[in-house]
Amino acid sequence: MRHVTQLRIGPIGFRIGCDWRAPIAALDALYRDYPAPEDGIPDFNVHLFAARPWRRVLRPSVQIGGDFVIPDAAPLPLAQGLLAAEMGMNLQMALGQRRYVLLHASAVERDGRALVMTGASGAGKSTLAALLMARGWRLMGDEFALLDPATGHILGFPRLISLKNQAIPVVEAALPDGRFGPVLVGTPKGIIRHLVPDARAIAAMATPAAPALILFPGFGFEAAVRTVYPSETFVRLTQASTNYVAMGERGFDALTGLVQSVPARAIDYPDGESAIAMIERIWAGL
Amino acid sequence: MGGAVNDAAILARALRDPHAVLALDGAGWTALLAIARAEQLIGTLAHRVEGLPIPPAAARVLSDARASAEQGRLVALWEAEMARRALAGTGLPVILLKGTAFVAAGLSAGVGRAIGDLDILVPRDRIEDAEAALFAAGWEWVKPNAYDDAYYRRWMHELPPMIHRERDRMIDVHHTILPPTARITPDAAGLIGDSVVVGEGLRMLSPADMLCHAAAHLFADGDLAGGMRNLWDIHCLIGEFGTDGLEARAAHHGLGRAVARALRMTEALYGTPIPDRWREWDLADPLYRRRLLARDGWGRPTRRLTRLGFFMRSHAIRMPPAMLVRHLWTKWRMGHRP
Repeated sequence: MRHVTQLRIGPIGFRIGCDWRAPIAALDALYRDYPAPEDGIPDFNVHLFAARPWRRVLRPSVQIGGDFVIPDAAPLPLAQGLLAAEMGMNLQMALGQRRYVLLHASAVERDGRALVMTGASGAGKSTLAALLMARGWRLMGDEFALLDPATGHILGFPRLISLKNQAIPVVEAALPDGRFGPVLVGTPKGIIRHLVPDARAIAAMATPAAPALILFPGFGFEAAVRTVYPSETFVRLTQASTNYVAMGERGFDALTGLVQSVPARAIDYPDGESAIAMIERIWAGL
Repeated sequence: MGGAVNDAAILARALRDPHAVLALDGAGWTALLAIARAEQLIGTLAHRVEGLPIPPAAARVLSDARASAEQGRLVALWEAEMARRALAGTGLPVILLKGTAFVAAGLSAGVGRAIGDLDILVPRDRIEDAEAALFAAGWEWVKPNAYDDAYYRRWMHELPPMIHRERDRMIDVHHTILPPTARITPDAAGLIGDSVVVGEGLRMLSPADMLCHAAAHLFADGDLAGGMRNLWDIHCLIGEFGTDGLEARAAHHGLGRAVARALRMTEALYGTPIPDRWREWDLADPLYRRRLLARDGWGRPTRRLTRLGFFMRSHAIRMPPAMLVRHLWTKWRMGHRP
């Protein structure tokens, strides 16, 4: 591959190779404060390449490949090369991760204890994580939370926070000094703008935290809180995990251990402000 | 170790002599792991280098690969058990082939091995009974395409692939080990007759026939995709069972040339000890080696022309020319590109 970069996000090292310079330059700029993979040996490789040689220059389009791939993944235009790289890294995790139970969730930490937020796309995971980071919580990640079967702890995966559509101005207002990536329009998910996690999130990214609360947020409703019982939490977390089945018994033990020891709540909220207030209230009452 | 990795020889060397990995730097390890993953040999590699003082980052990746292979082993054995139960009423012997047979019998070829589909062998005249029993137990067709279905049924050595609707696992039901259109016709009844028990209601081929099957799959049928793993199977089987009686058995199946090539290639890649009489000079061996090792340091396939050549060869030895032209033309119109 012509252009290459290597970086580490949380405990996971990546090598990203690309036929074009621009996506690697974008990654290098936004991930400039991230360390290299330990021992110089990444866990996963991502390939960003032209499906046919002429597509390198003629209407360049970025095909996403790597150690683990979905056969019919659609290519992206070169202008969205950064998004392609992010998707490639997420794909390697979703398909290849076997050390940790992968939860499709955002996570933040305070006083050594983790708040894990999971739910369908659009529930507000990324937005709430970014808003909580703005208020002094340590961001552990907005896409995946890693549950370590050996310790029961949550490990962070603080990649770039992927903000979509109406969440972008909300978070820009909350973090006027935040470092943001370019505005990507016309992506498969509408407008996307990446936010770089703050210095604290990056500095502490290898530090695990004991889970203290599992939250299922639901955006767009009148404020309401409901206790979620372990049985329902377990089922919802198996659905939120891409590698639960592949992990076998270790995955089962880790998840049952999590839901039995950590309380879970579902909240409905009409806007970010009221969600934050509800979260602070629940957290204080734990 | 410096310099760019330009083929999969780095993986062959690591499997052959695990201590060779101690000389690798970060870049060498990165290439080795990517290639081992691409060749589906990372679990095997993980077991080979277990206990050696390797960098922690590599040790973690390999420890995950071991756990993954162990989970794959359990799933494969469970799937074999499901097939046994489904076929119990038919009175058919369930003969396990390839990876599932290796793990069921606890053979060294199964240690860390990636296992995909469940492959079983049943007598050709009972294949419809097997199909009906599997269908009743929840398997269904993968390819709804009428041409593919008719092609499999008329010309192939197996039924069209089926998948279990709940467990999402594929099964390939073979009635012999090479397509009936190929020039070589192995003795299918002999494969079944000589099979041996590996467990309650489960059988596998005799050691010599397992070697013949691996060689047939690699050199008399396929385009050498997955060849490194196949040759590693052969390496392990020879280590465990030797080559006594193999020559006669290979000749009986018409697979003498394929088996001889398999042994030469296994020796070349993995240093397998083979009898002198199997060692002969062959003009094409370097080309085979070139194809087998065609990966770059990212694990990506390389050597397009060599690959295309072997792809064409795999079809040419699988069917007569007129049929091949008709088949490729149909597949091309259906949108298939090699």
